[in-house]
Amino acid sequence: MTSTITPDTSASVAISVEEQQFNDLIEADSRIEPRDWMPEGYRKALVRQISQHAHSEIIGMQPESNWITRAPSLKRKAILMAKVQDEAGHGLYLYSAAQTLGATRDDMTDALIAGKARYSSIFNYPTPSWADMGSIGWLVDGAAICNQVPLCRASYGPYGRAMVRICKEESFHQRQGFEILLELMQGTDEQRQMAQDSVDRWYWPALMMFGPPDDDSPNSAQSMAWKIKRHSNDELRQRFVNMLVPQAAVLGITLPDPDLHFNEETQQWDLGVIDWTEFHEVLAGRGPNNAQRLQRRRDAHDEGKWVREAAAAYARKQSARTEEMVAS
Amino acid sequence: MSDDDSKADVHGHVAVDVTTLDAELIEGPSVATPDVAEYALWLGDDSLILSQQLGAWISRAPELEEDVALGNVALDLIGHARSLLHYAGTATNRTEDDLAYWRTEPDFRSLHIVEQPNGDFAHTIARQFVVSHYLFELYSRLRASADATLAAIAAKAVKEVDYHRDHSTQWVLRLAQGTDESRRRMITALSDLWPYVEEIFRDDPLIDSLEGIAVRPSTLRPAFDSAIAPVLAEAELEIPRGFVASGGGRTGRHSEHLAFLLAEMQVLTRAHPGASW
Repeated sequence: MTSTITPDTSASVAISVEEQQFNDLIEADSRIEPRDWMPEGYRKALVRQISQHAHSEIIGMQPESNWITRAPSLKRKAILMAKVQDEAGHGLYLYSAAQTLGATRDDMTDALIAGKARYSSIFNYPTPSWADMGSIGWLVDGAAICNQVPLCRASYGPYGRAMVRICKEESFHQRQGFEILLELMQGTDEQRQMAQDSVDRWYWPALMMFGPPDDDSPNSAQSMAWKIKRHSNDELRQRFVNMLVPQAAVLGITLPDPDLHFNEETQQWDLGVIDWTEFHEVLAGRGPNNAQRLQRRRDAHDEGKWVREAAAAYARKQSARTEEMVAS
Repeated sequence: MSDDDSKADVHGHVAVDVTTLDAELIEGPSVATPDVAEYALWLGDDSLILSQQLGAWISRAPELEEDVALGNVALDLIGHARSLLHYAGTATNRTEDDLAYWRTEPDFRSLHIVEQPNGDFAHTIARQFVVSHYLFELYSRLRASADATLAAIAAKAVKEVDYHRDHSTQWVLRLAQGTDESRRRMITALSDLWPYVEEIFRDDPLIDSLEGIAVRPSTLRPAFDSAIAPVLAEAELEIPRGFVASGGGRTGRHSEHLAFLLAEMQVLTRAHPGASW
């Protein structure tokens, strides 16, 4: 994007000095920091994107934590616990980044458990088999990396920096997912079948993680103009598929798209038609696990209420005690 | 997790790539004698079972910071369990996974206290408070074991357990002195867990054959009592009086909870004999 940026205002309206400075920073690929002036639309777009990302990390813990107690080796159990714990950590950094924009964690949490906030639809799919730990790492985290690496350069400083740390960890996550599938594909017939069945279920939903096609993506253009987002949904999706094809060959796994073929002209892998009906169904709350995921988050929140209240009451008593000691 | 990390950050962070066994613990010629192996099973099973319980909290904790903190404790414990079970297995040519997944209940050596269910957060904290203080005293002394492998495992574990001790202590104080509800729950939890404390410090005959190698459990009781006394005093909690469970975990007589825990832990592995993961 190299054209002059004219967010929110029509070109004929004179813009303020602050807004000009903001535009200059964006144009120069510099970072916007929490104390800098920013247009309200930019702030809102960021809060929306960062909080959705945080919620996705938090809800995304559930399909994997489903297998912590049943992981088939102690090493896998340790890796899985570390991975799900990383996701809680990512959620925490991202909530903090959103807080620098004036959002509060309580409001964001309330919006999530009330079912008002979005999170990535991919986590509304179930994990009935151990191989799903492999598919989530390889496909879901793989897609997340393609989406997130460009976000390390997002124009808003705290978000970009949070993404640098997150991306480093995500690349381990993807690798361990690939390893799980590789081990299964080199194992027994049952294990190979488990892996293929899982990839069959996760492949298309993972491609949908990049969002609707470019001509049907309402928020994309403005986000690209503000350099929150750097590449279009379709570009990233194509990049992901190009990366997957050789990896699938190493695994010996078939990607469940009979129309997938190499296009000599573009030197890219052309994919078959994505069934967006399913995407919109899941987005509309009619996916396999939407209700369960929210209920589980709400239960954890409700059941933990007395603990959070206790911690807050204790902290108040402690600080009152400190004040008394200082005063006396 | 390094000592520095655990000191610096209560909600410390363990990355996926640090979950392999430490090289010094898995390489080298050390093969456990049958008695040492049995002792390593005692300690390894305690850590394994407790880690399994804490792992079930991840994504269900009262706040995100606790998902991370309980996850850290679970990860440290599974690390200790892997080292200890690996060492125990050297005596009979079995792997850590053979021991974790292919033994049945009577062959486990865990204490009843680690088998007690998670309950509410107060129960989990009460259990962790007792066990972390015990493990801290245990590993502090086991560092001087004549068995170099046990000493090395203890030297690493004691730093981590020190953090677990601090984490659970802080929560005992918060819950006991937070709200009326949290205080009531903390008192109930402590009283529910206390019957299982005595078994921890009981000397099984095996200990007689491991002089200088193992730590005699009964000798840890005074240090344990004096470590928890000031915390309970500050929290205005009393040591519960009442039942004392007869225990028996070290000889394979377990609580009713263990079979369910093992059924869940072992289900996938046992459905695929001979498979590797």
